Amino acid sequence: MSQWEVVIGIETHVQLATASKIFSGAATAFGAAPNTQAAPVDLALPGVLPVLNKRAVECAIRFGLAVGAKVAERSVFARKNYFYPDLPKGYQISQFELPVVQGGQIHISVGQGDKAYEKPVRLTRAHLEEDAGKSLHEDFHGKTGIDLNRAGTPLLEIVTEPDMRSADEAVAYARALHALVRWIGICDGNMQEGSFRCDANVSVHRPGTPFGTRREIKNLNSFRFLKEAIEYEIRWQIETLEEGGTIEQATVLFDPASGTTRAMRSKEDAHDYRYFPDPDLLPLVISSEWIERTRAELPELPEAKKQRFMADYGLSAYDATTLTASLEMADYFEAAVAAAGKDQAKLCANWVMVDLAARLNKAGLEIAQAPVSAVQLGGVVARIADGTISNAIAKKVFEALWVGEGASADEIIERQGLKQITDSGAIERLVDEVLAANPANVAEFKAGKEKAFNALVGQVMKAAKGKANPQQVNALLRQKLQAPA
Amino acid sequence: MIHASLKELAAALAAKSISSVELTRLYLDRIARLNPELNAFITVDEEKSLAAARAADARIAAGQAGPLTGIPIAQKDIFCAEGWRTTCASKMLENFVSPYDATVVVKLEREAGMVSLGKANMDEFAMGSSNETSYFGPVRNPWDRARVPGGSSGGSAAAVAARLAPAATGTDTGGSIRQPAALCNLTGLKPTYGVVSRYGMIAFASSLDQAGPMARSAEDCALLLTAMAGFDAQDSTSLERPAEDYGRCLGQPLKGLKIGLPKEFFGDGCGAEVMAAVQAAIAEYQRLGAEMVEVSLPNSHLAVPAYYVIAPAEASSNLSRFDGVRYGYRAPEYADLNDMYAKTRAQGFGAEVKRRILIGTYVLSHGYYDAYYLQAQRIRRLIADDFARAFARCDVILGPTSPSTAFKQGEKAADPVQMYLSDIYTIAVNLAGLPGMSLPCGFDAQGLPIGMQLIGNYFDEARLLNVAHGYQLATDWHQRIPAGLE
Repeated sequence: MSQWEVVIGIETHVQLATASKIFSGAATAFGAAPNTQAAPVDLALPGVLPVLNKRAVECAIRFGLAVGAKVAERSVFARKNYFYPDLPKGYQISQFELPVVQGGQIHISVGQGDKAYEKPVRLTRAHLEEDAGKSLHEDFHGKTGIDLNRAGTPLLEIVTEPDMRSADEAVAYARALHALVRWIGICDGNMQEGSFRCDANVSVHRPGTPFGTRREIKNLNSFRFLKEAIEYEIRWQIETLEEGGTIEQATVLFDPASGTTRAMRSKEDAHDYRYFPDPDLLPLVISSEWIERTRAELPELPEAKKQRFMADYGLSAYDATTLTASLEMADYFEAAVAAAGKDQAKLCANWVMVDLAARLNKAGLEIAQAPVSAVQLGGVVARIADGTISNAIAKKVFEALWVGEGASADEIIERQGLKQITDSGAIERLVDEVLAANPANVAEFKAGKEKAFNALVGQVMKAAKGKANPQQVNALLRQKLQAPA
Repeated sequence: MIHASLKELAAALAAKSISSVELTRLYLDRIARLNPELNAFITVDEEKSLAAARAADARIAAGQAGPLTGIPIAQKDIFCAEGWRTTCASKMLENFVSPYDATVVVKLEREAGMVSLGKANMDEFAMGSSNETSYFGPVRNPWDRARVPGGSSGGSAAAVAARLAPAATGTDTGGSIRQPAALCNLTGLKPTYGVVSRYGMIAFASSLDQAGPMARSAEDCALLLTAMAGFDAQDSTSLERPAEDYGRCLGQPLKGLKIGLPKEFFGDGCGAEVMAAVQAAIAEYQRLGAEMVEVSLPNSHLAVPAYYVIAPAEASSNLSRFDGVRYGYRAPEYADLNDMYAKTRAQGFGAEVKRRILIGTYVLSHGYYDAYYLQAQRIRRLIADDFARAFARCDVILGPTSPSTAFKQGEKAADPVQMYLSDIYTIAVNLAGLPGMSLPCGFDAQGLPIGMQLIGNYFDEARLLNVAHGYQLATDWHQRIPAGLE
């Protein structure tokens, strides 16, 4: 029996980072008291009319350009009609037949090491729409509360072709999309607050046969849930089919507690949304001038930046990919290189990816919040590069900068006397003292124990309070030990 | 004073021969006396009206009056007005007090300084041609109280005809300004779609709805439209055009004017007395130097069917917000959420509104959308093209407004299709988005008013008003007053 092939398509609701709502002037800030950010338009009072937020359109254009899609010169807002208490108008304004962004693709990198590969995921479309409010089922004693603060928040719904073949690919896509929308400044990416929510359409089939029936897992708001939900769904579908069952088209919800999915509604009770063009809004017309103006304002995109990092700084593909995971990290890296000197790009890359990343992780901070600025880190790297300090001392300087003990590496090195000892006479004196004080180690080394050498190096560095140039210490020690007695 | 034109009222106010408070009091007293019988108003609030009149008097005293400051007006109860109950003549909004003003209210009251006398009765959610669908009861036609005033702006029409207000606002989705104007001997104008803001006007069919003035002369309509019209950033379908003085053409001679007579408007289907009055008006225009041109609107017979797809489709969606969740009527008892929706809407809407929601829901449904909605939109395009061809050959188009004079209360209420046919001459104008007006042109043997319709090209309101004005200078039909109201 041949293997099962998994087929996944993803729809993502990206909340656009606009100050006001897509069709009203109310604020979009998260966390305000219920119904304090709902204008007459958001409440759907009788007689009110929507007016499109230009900034939301700009976000859509930016996205379209970033994924190489066609930005439609004419797109149409349509009404999606259904009744629900948190949908004040009884319809959602969305785009149906003519979306603003058509086509495009996103490159994903999947796996690590030998198994790593890259592939494109094609986008079908991205369209603008408004979010609904929230129904609050707790704290109302058997009743339901409605908070319309979120109603009318601008969303870009991004829909892929069924191009992904595993949960890992789906997660890689979601991560790449998440990085991209933050990169181009159209979404804050805050998944806890619902700014980035994925629906995964999952089916399985035997290669060479038509696609299987898909089930849609709704509202996955973390990469971990996305992975777990898809993995469970794949296992469930394969088991069902192998046991002779059939898959019914359905919308399902993922329960993180049990790690399982459960059907919410089947195809039979699917809505007829009665889409039709919204007569309150004219077709959205985007001029080529507007597109070009937006293109000029776009930051260098991740893929282009990655290629440039490899070409200009001689970084490996892995390093370049890591450093372009976010615009903040890429900018940090480049600012550090500017301070340290272009020749030190590789050393800067290591510091950003290893030391800085570890320290941020420990403190639970984002790179944008790093207490050590890129210029300060560049200063540390510069002092390593010119031999003023060793790598070990550099870590001390970095930590001192982190806790605010000085404004620059130079200031800390100067004030704390961390400048490396490179005077060979001074080092030689230290070496001689150590050799004289540790005859046991000397004897062990001479007996062939290399470990004893390291112990002696340690003793010298200790005597030098870490400031002796390690290469010089090594060389002198070896020279003295190997010299004929 | 109650027969004075808006211009004369403005002059009297400016000369301080009467104050706005006195004028408002005069109309409020007439409303108190006559409205119980006519039912032209749903809501009257004397204190609010008099407070507005006092503010207008202060403006006049301060020398800050505009041409309409201090003049009373009846507002159709479809316009949201802050602090006023705004019902749209529906049980659904029986107790809804608007927290905000429609743009038309801002312009006429807050900016121009007019004084609202109250909220005029209408067909429920503007759906009807007789004002019999109002939850607050039918409006009586001042010319014959056994008859309808037309609709949906029937309360506005009856109020002005009975001199309960010197002027009123109306809205027109398929003839709702023009048909009641014709049936009540008034002059009413539906502007080009997009000229008057729809913000705050409770939507029936968004792509067709347009507000306009209802008054006793074209001159009065010009003054009102100048104050009502203008670009509004809160209405995306509002047209960004420079402000206009719609009275600027008044008095220009009509010599050489080319009047198009669509042969489709002069065939079967129109009452003989209406046709005779319209023919007499044509003769009058010829005397005034106008030239008649036969034109054709070959798709006009498709207007009513296309309208009764598009308007209910939009209405079915526009009226979804009346769900009992946030404001308005909610059924007192229900089992669950769906039951609450079903009972609230079953109890809150009247029969005609429910009929149109059902039609609209049907034509938008999966599998029917192409056959009905898209097909109707194609017809709409054909109708607009017909008018474009006609206007290549004439300046304005003339015909009857309504095929009959005012019919009896209850006469057509049981037959929706007969009712829908009251609008056969007006509906095409909304589908094309053109400006159209109705003005008095005679009376039938029973003494009921007859209206003729003038249709202009896009944005040609100023010319249209002058064509009506020229006729009104030569005739006195528009000055006739219902018996007993002199």
